[in-house]
Amino acid sequence: MTSHSNGNSDSFVKMPTIKFTKLFINGKFVDSISGKTFETIDPRTEEAITRVAEGDKEDIDLAVKAAREAFDNGPWPRLSGFDRGRIMMKFADLIDEHAEELAALDTIDAGKLFVEGKAGIPHSANMLRYYAGAADKIHGEVLKMSREFHAYTLREPIGVVGHIIPWNFPTAMFLGKVSPALAAGCTMVVKPAEQTPLSALYYAHLSKLAGIPDGVLNVATGFGPTAGAAISSHMDIDAVSFTGSTEVGREVMQAAAKSNLKTLSLELGGKSPLIIFDDADLDKAAELALLGILYNKGEICVASSRVFVQEGIYDEFVKKLLEKKKSWTVGDPFDPKVRQGPQIDKKQFDKILSYIEHGKREGATLLTGGKPLGHNKGYYIEPTVFTDVKEDMLIAKDEIFGPVMSLMKFKTIDEAIKKANNTTYGLAAGVMTKDLNVANTVSRSIRAGIIWINCYFAFDQDVPYGGYKMSGFGRDFGLDALYKYLQVKSVVTPIYNSPWL
Amino acid sequence: MGSHGNDSLESSVKIPTIKFTKLFINGEFVDSISGKTFETIDPRTGEAIARIAEGDKEDVDLAVNAARHAFDNGPWPRLPGSERAKRMMKFADLIDQNVEELAALDTLDAGKLFSMGKAVDIPSSADTLRYYAGAADKIHGDVLKMSREFHAYTLHEPIGVVGHIIPWNFPSTLFFLKVSPALAAGCTMIVKPAEQTPLSALYYAHLAKLAGIPDGVLNVVTGFGPTAGAAICSHMDIDAVSFTGSTEVGRMVMKAAAESNLKVVSLELGGKSPLIIFDDADVDMAAQLALIGILFNKGEICVASSRVYVQEGIYDKLVKKLVEMAKAWVVGDPFDPKVQQGPQVDKEQFEKILTYIEHGKREGATLLTGGKPLALGGKGYYVEPTIFAEVKEDMLIAKDEIFGPVLALAKFKTIDEAIKRANSTRYGLAAGIVTKDLNVANTVSRSLRAGTIWINCYFAFGNDCPFGGYKMSGFGRDSGLEALHKYLQVKSVVTPLYNSPWL
Repeated sequence: MTSHSNGNSDSFVKMPTIKFTKLFINGKFVDSISGKTFETIDPRTEEAITRVAEGDKEDIDLAVKAAREAFDNGPWPRLSGFDRGRIMMKFADLIDEHAEELAALDTIDAGKLFVEGKAGIPHSANMLRYYAGAADKIHGEVLKMSREFHAYTLREPIGVVGHIIPWNFPTAMFLGKVSPALAAGCTMVVKPAEQTPLSALYYAHLSKLAGIPDGVLNVATGFGPTAGAAISSHMDIDAVSFTGSTEVGREVMQAAAKSNLKTLSLELGGKSPLIIFDDADLDKAAELALLGILYNKGEICVASSRVFVQEGIYDEFVKKLLEKKKSWTVGDPFDPKVRQGPQIDKKQFDKILSYIEHGKREGATLLTGGKPLGHNKGYYIEPTVFTDVKEDMLIAKDEIFGPVMSLMKFKTIDEAIKKANNTTYGLAAGVMTKDLNVANTVSRSIRAGIIWINCYFAFDQDVPYGGYKMSGFGRDFGLDALYKYLQVKSVVTPIYNSPWL
Repeated sequence: MGSHGNDSLESSVKIPTIKFTKLFINGEFVDSISGKTFETIDPRTGEAIARIAEGDKEDVDLAVNAARHAFDNGPWPRLPGSERAKRMMKFADLIDQNVEELAALDTLDAGKLFSMGKAVDIPSSADTLRYYAGAADKIHGDVLKMSREFHAYTLHEPIGVVGHIIPWNFPSTLFFLKVSPALAAGCTMIVKPAEQTPLSALYYAHLAKLAGIPDGVLNVVTGFGPTAGAAICSHMDIDAVSFTGSTEVGRMVMKAAAESNLKVVSLELGGKSPLIIFDDADVDMAAQLALIGILFNKGEICVASSRVYVQEGIYDKLVKKLVEMAKAWVVGDPFDPKVQQGPQVDKEQFEKILTYIEHGKREGATLLTGGKPLALGGKGYYVEPTIFAEVKEDMLIAKDEIFGPVLALAKFKTIDEAIKRANSTRYGLAAGIVTKDLNVANTVSRSLRAGTIWINCYFAFGNDCPFGGYKMSGFGRDSGLEALHKYLQVKSVVTPLYNSPWL
């Protein structure tokens, strides 16, 4: 049985006052044109934290105007990459200085662990620093022509970018998308998820303090079908970068097609497999499998929601898993002893419980968990493991986005590969083995954008990350992410009397 | 008025027998499942050349099955790049060996100049294959620099089954621009050539097999856009689609991709490319560029310099030369080596161009020369080289892509004015600048929002030179190593390090 912690957390941390609740457009915090606001909810208590300005199409229009002016005529794209880098470094420093307050915002907005946030926010600030360091190294190439021409490419900023950001990692996603776009010299409109507007508005404030010019970074809080849709179909946005569900990803792409054919990158869902071979370190494997599905309460696109264990260690593994689960504490995310906070909102909470019911009805064996936690309030769910899962079950096919693992057994390496690839998704995969050849074969064979061997969630600034198949296209992180915000211009001119080509 | 060449040419050139008229699926020429066929028309006469198998959704399904099998289980993606290269080189050699027949097919099908086909289009298609063959064994991932003790690297893997939807204006060039990097990357594919120009594509399919490209790797399904093309865009088992064509159809392609399986899309669409001629330009050279810029391939090229801006200092001299040259331009049977401009590709294009010419007259632009169809033996889709002057940016003939031999000319004073007017279009495919001044060239090339800028030249393509659109001219690049990106996807592989001397 999972332990849970006492819900009285206010003693742990100074709850922040909410300082920024308005749209940030052209360097100023402003009400939405309609004057409407919406509530943002604390998933620990199910109560409203505060009201935030609700942006709609007209507000997006204003933001795009500001961004367009900043791009076409403002200093930002005309600064040297080095100078953009300096300002981005200052931005990162300011984030470090305010890490605790920002972490608290993400905790009350999204139920994320406070202790992890305090360490994670400076880590996300390093993303800014990584791209700040890349900003003055965005090279074109000189080309080799087969006739007497001098030709080269310029990598130019694509223009005004729309970022549509999900609620599960409000800070990491904000900085992960904004940083390469800033480095490239683009200007942008960010629409954070309606569940998690708070830290985004704070980042807007810090960006101004850092010296990011007005209009370069705009933040319009609001809802997907209004503000988000306005971005996807805007005629004056040059590119949109979306992270979220596959269904909404479709709508974003269709809107882009119907409007101005803006370029698009999508980072969507996953049903990532973790494959554990007989020779794996059992202890580590159980730990990784648990973390793989419970990290961030399962609200992570690369969660290893399907775990395949080779039959030789299956029984031992299950024992180890249950053992480790005992010390997995679910409770108030401000409590440093807690490892799993509440799910983000009622909708997700209900959805997860409904999948758990499906799992039971479909005939999978409920090994542990399966119920909401016996709190009066808050969207807490027990870590849940199903065994005897078949691949055609809903719980093996659909992305649940919660603390629900589907555990399966396999015999041979070929069987594991086949089963692992049997999904429309292709975001990540994990392989646990000491055998070099198994590791190489399996990593080459799995159709996913990131393969973790004897580790999981091993992200880094320099490692490109993104989907295969219906998990999307385009890469975040690494130098690859810059491509989304640049376009290639070729310049060609004849040469005369040249010693060679 | 353009002059025209003698139209009795059949005696000096062997019109080829049409050898390949069926769909090429899994290494075999087969009828369409429905048994339907369609006519392909000779634009010199408006008459049918042959009947070609008409592929539809079921045929595309078969082709995708074959391509999927070839990708998931066949040798092609598993061969070393150097082995793929060998077969691509052989393929290129076979093309060179059949230059005349292939050039004749494109001339018959699309009205393209036979002499250009033999000298340029077909040989450069073979060279495109060779360029990517040379790249096939150099598709590197990166080893990454982690900030913690991990070893991490990227693999650039072939994306899988690709759909290529190819237009009718450069049937050979575009076939190889798309097929070559996809082959090099290890992908398998289905090509749907435009319904106006199916002939050379089917011949290439035949040569591909002779070259040793395994069955199922390269499939060709002839047919129409709304049927076969749409089936490709919405297919649930195609991983990427690469489209060159009009902006309107580009929208449909992207939409279908979004509604189906979110396949990766690259679009190369229309253009309304500006050519800016400054006072210090050499009048003869500039006039020549401006003329070729709009009349090359009868104006049926996405990067045609359909808007020409001339600085006032040389305006009168240049326009005089330009009109002179246009009047001497030879329009006629494209098999005739003296002819410089063949017929437009089909009736639909022919009528569209004439409609735009009427618009131009009604909108108040000044018609300097041309403006009428040519009556060559009473048949064929021939249009006179046409130049309008005093064109304003809000006129239809300045905004819409006409895709024919119709030039919109305007005068400008300052460099800033030229840049502003050149950029006031939703397109952004190419642009040309004619000047001797280094600083003007640098300023203007940086300022124009287009994917390719030609300085003192035009249509200067190169295998190593990426080509594609800004704004609504599309996204993704053809040519150059950049083109490989469309057919590859990045996989990151990460594993912990222990006891390593350094990161």
